[in-house]
Amino acid sequence: MHPAFSVVFFTTATGAGYGLLALLGVLGAAGFIEPDFWLGLAGVGLALGLISAGLLSSTGHLGRPERAWRAFSQWRSSWLSREGVSSVLTFVPAGLFGIGWIILGRLDGWVSAAGLLAAIGAVSTVCMTGMIYASLKPIAQWHSPYTFPGYLIFSAMSGGVLLDALLQGFALGSAILSVASALLTLLGWSWKLATWRYNDRLEIPTTANTATGLAGGTVRSLEWPHTEENYLLKEMGFRIARKHAAKLRRITQALAFGLPILLLITALVLPWPLSAMSSALAAIAQFAGLLVERWLFFAEAKHTVTLYYGR
Amino acid sequence: MTCLPAHTDKRLGLVIDLDTCVGCQACVTACKEWNTGGHMAPLTDIDPYGGHVDGVWFNRVHSYEHITEMGGRTVNFPRSCLHCEQPACVTVCPTGASYKRASDGIVLIDEDKCIGCKLCSWACPYGAREFDTDVGVMKKCTLCVDRIYNDNLAEEDRVPACVAACPTSARHFGDLGDPMSAVSQLAAERGGVDLMPEMGYRPTNKYLPPRAHTQRAASVPAKALEPVKAEGGFLGWVDRMLSS
Repeated sequence: MHPAFSVVFFTTATGAGYGLLALLGVLGAAGFIEPDFWLGLAGVGLALGLISAGLLSSTGHLGRPERAWRAFSQWRSSWLSREGVSSVLTFVPAGLFGIGWIILGRLDGWVSAAGLLAAIGAVSTVCMTGMIYASLKPIAQWHSPYTFPGYLIFSAMSGGVLLDALLQGFALGSAILSVASALLTLLGWSWKLATWRYNDRLEIPTTANTATGLAGGTVRSLEWPHTEENYLLKEMGFRIARKHAAKLRRITQALAFGLPILLLITALVLPWPLSAMSSALAAIAQFAGLLVERWLFFAEAKHTVTLYYGR
Repeated sequence: MTCLPAHTDKRLGLVIDLDTCVGCQACVTACKEWNTGGHMAPLTDIDPYGGHVDGVWFNRVHSYEHITEMGGRTVNFPRSCLHCEQPACVTVCPTGASYKRASDGIVLIDEDKCIGCKLCSWACPYGAREFDTDVGVMKKCTLCVDRIYNDNLAEEDRVPACVAACPTSARHFGDLGDPMSAVSQLAAERGGVDLMPEMGYRPTNKYLPPRAHTQRAASVPAKALEPVKAEGGFLGWVDRMLSS
């Protein structure tokens, strides 16, 4: 599948943004975080900024972005529509949570309720994003038991590392949160390795035989219907990644998982502000690594239409 | 609504004979010619005379080499929308632009509602949908909905353009929901198959597999040809004398 940057950035940014929003909502409601003005502004601002930037980026992928409002109508059948509805609905409690925290300076009562609702909305939106990909049968690497949990794990992981960096920046860091973020990153790493292992061993029942209805023997593409690449090949016959897959997987592992874990552990023993810098670096490296991971998620996915072209 | 109809009154579709298709591309050009002025018009061409020709087509004919223990053969394979009974391309549509008609089962796109998110083309395992980068919307085969019900055409012309154009009658149009229709009978008689049945999309269109190879060589009733090289010697002299 062609990795359109707008969609790669969209899923990575909203994943981290919703993860951060959910953690702020839950930890704020639980009284784990003080209603500090600057922390609220930076935290809620960063979460909603990432979500908004991601959602705006996703409209860049549309052929007719001016009609994007129509995408809220088909929530009864379409995961993409449900994602749109859920993302917009989440802005309501998230906005109230931000107003309560930043302007009114409180995280109790209705503000904590708004925080919990925002967290529910955030988790639900990430679930919808995961289901968009997990529900697509023609792409075996996506229509797998690993896709849906993967989106939730990566969202929690990147949100956790971001929250840790934020709290460290305000000298409010806690060893528990740093260790939890490192453990979530370790979980993400294991999940990605397991996903790759599953995909590499995948035996897909759809072949050139079933695609053409020609039973038995071998079916070899003799001639395409056209001489140049068409929409189908440009969008779904993307092949560049397979050449560099091994290298890109190593880059993903180093940036998204290995380096952040190392930096999070280092931050535990360093004095402030060095610990804050180390935590911030972990978040930045992880975001960059997840962009590569998401790029590979698209580029390594193979659509059944490529069978018609002998690819 | 992009929810699917529980039942369609008819199941209009095509039966494509892989035995008789000669890969002449007549259906491809007839489709393009009709539909670039039809329901989903235009079928945009990008850089049509340049080095990177691209454009929207509803019907593409591939050629394959099918090798079995019986030997090898070339199979020409037209590929277009199969108007599935379970079209995920419709249910994934977030705007309601894609729909399956309850009356005849044809899968269509309302171009005015399409936002060009391309998700429907990802959901189609057969590559039936093609994006028009110029207009910014998705396009697909309409089963020539503007021909088959068109009172302005003679009755025999009320078939999809690809069916009308096929010189070897490899394409047949009709109601596959009616077991007594000519297309249903043909599919039953020739063992028509679904493409990628394991996907569960339950395509309406059926493909007729090529007929089995014959075990016997064809008999040649014509007489053996005469040798053309002139004979030499006495018999050659007699032959030349008698022939002149």
